Amino acid sequence: MVCMTRNDKNLIRGGTNAVEVRGLVKHYGTTKALDGVDLDVREGTVLGVLGPNGAGKTTLVRCLSTLIQPDAGHAVVAGYDVVKQPRQLRRTIGLTGQYASVDEKLSGWENLYMIGRLLDLPRKKARARADELLERFSLTDAAKKAAMDYSGGMRRRLDLAASMIGSPAVLYLDEPTTGLDPRTRNEVWDEVQRMVAEGATVLLTTQYMEEAEQLASELTVIDRGRIIARGGVDELKAKVGGRTLQIRPSDPAELAAMAQAVREAGLDGVAGAQAVPDEGLLHVPILSDEQLTAVIGLLGTRGFSLAHVATALPSLDEVFLAITGDKATVTDTNPQEVAA
Amino acid sequence: MSTTTLTPTPTGAGTSAPSAKLHDEGRIGLRNNLRHIGALVRRNLLQIKKDPESMFDALLMPVIFTLLFVYVFGGSVGGSMGGGRQEYLNYLIPGLMAMMGMNIAMAVGSGVNDDFRKGVMDRFRTMPIARSSVLIAKIVVELGRMMVATLILLAMGFALGMELQESVLGLIGAIALSAAFGAAIMWIFILLGLTMKTAQAVQGMGMLVLMPLQFGSSIFAPTQTMPGWLQTFTDYNPLSNLADAARALMMGGPLAHSVWVTLGWTVVITAVMAPLAVAKFRKKS
Repeated sequence: MVCMTRNDKNLIRGGTNAVEVRGLVKHYGTTKALDGVDLDVREGTVLGVLGPNGAGKTTLVRCLSTLIQPDAGHAVVAGYDVVKQPRQLRRTIGLTGQYASVDEKLSGWENLYMIGRLLDLPRKKARARADELLERFSLTDAAKKAAMDYSGGMRRRLDLAASMIGSPAVLYLDEPTTGLDPRTRNEVWDEVQRMVAEGATVLLTTQYMEEAEQLASELTVIDRGRIIARGGVDELKAKVGGRTLQIRPSDPAELAAMAQAVREAGLDGVAGAQAVPDEGLLHVPILSDEQLTAVIGLLGTRGFSLAHVATALPSLDEVFLAITGDKATVTDTNPQEVAA
Repeated sequence: MSTTTLTPTPTGAGTSAPSAKLHDEGRIGLRNNLRHIGALVRRNLLQIKKDPESMFDALLMPVIFTLLFVYVFGGSVGGSMGGGRQEYLNYLIPGLMAMMGMNIAMAVGSGVNDDFRKGVMDRFRTMPIARSSVLIAKIVVELGRMMVATLILLAMGFALGMELQESVLGLIGAIALSAAFGAAIMWIFILLGLTMKTAQAVQGMGMLVLMPLQFGSSIFAPTQTMPGWLQTFTDYNPLSNLADAARALMMGGPLAHSVWVTLGWTVVITAVMAPLAVAKFRKKS
């Protein structure tokens, strides 16, 4: 069991939940897309919902944005019940999905202006807001271009801008960087981080541990419509083993000696080291930058020559293996888990 | 225990809205509703502006149909009516006016279907606007397209020598009646568009329904020479009644029956189909 501590940011902001979900269930035929989901997002924080394809992430977001009705359970967003008060709720949310929800035939500016008008802004204000958000998302040069001619990253940024027009209290980001190249992904991350810095509450779904680590303060891991773990990003990382330090020696023959050196040095918190001769790499699981420095320092003082050093976050598969592998109860109630 | 949990928070504590907020606050006033429809109409007009080809049906159909029917069938049908091509022209144009709305209406269905497979509909449906406003905006724009088609049709008719037998008021009445009936039919196509999987399927289904309705009617030829069973069908066919009503309003003749029947169809179709379409739109996931 992971022990919970709230990080400092949450303590400062207080404990009010912007999103509260209890026992949410949604079936599609015999498939349970959501099978009793509970979660909270505290005001001003980012909750990352991490899970593979088909885990129920998008269904969750669609329930919380009134696009579909849950079969059971309930959810309150910004004080409004998703089933009983959908109209009020829609005033307080913004949604950016995996697929850009803008009119592709319209230009970026026309899209933002239209949304401003639909949000009851007077003409002048809607114009000003469109200009302002295009500027902010670095789209001013493409303001008059049709959205269909935008690159993937530009489209996603336009989509974020569209979601921001009404200054929503709660923002849902449903796999905001899926399908984007790394550079574009970083652009989107920067924007999300800015929004959070300005106080937005964000529910982010993602398939990538790295994205969750970048953006979220807390994580919920979801699989087959059920929540299988939750906690602060650091707790979860500690649980799944944090990063892996990958070291390539100049001379592959030294791999075994290096592994032995690290294991015998007994560095604080460095549990083991494994030579992977196929890749010519030494794998060392680490939890902190200090450990990384210590390992490299050790190898340096022992006179090993290093050709390449990198760190890798655990993949979603490894996270799942770590979570489900040592939790017998999960595999009991959901036998397919092990195969996943 | 399969999951680790945060400090439990009492459900809804401190975040539930006061009950006074419950219903009225979310209502969308008429003025706002009209503004939303306006913004969405603008969107549809911009789409047409950027894709002028989407107007080809409204621009070309009246020209092609008029030329085709007047010159292919005009002589023979007009002859059997006791006149000639001229006689048939006067007969055909009001009928085509009734038909034009149907063909334009079909485009609404595929348009709605198309919209739905793009993300923008999700955006609209998560915004604080009446969901019907998206559909109503579509209908307003399609009515505009229908007016364009009607004007071209009338221009064609007058250019070929059509002569109004009644006042301009009658003509306006005929246009208004066709528009009202066309709007009613659009709800059917919106429902089809929301129900069927692809825009092509909507188009195909539309043709399947419209062909017998259009040709099994008094639009193209008087029904007197048709067999009895078909005459029974055409008598009840709303398109026949609309064509007859438009004809009477423009060219004279018995009026009351066909106008009332057409208005009746218009009201019934709208009253049944509009709520169904809006409900379907609401539930669609």
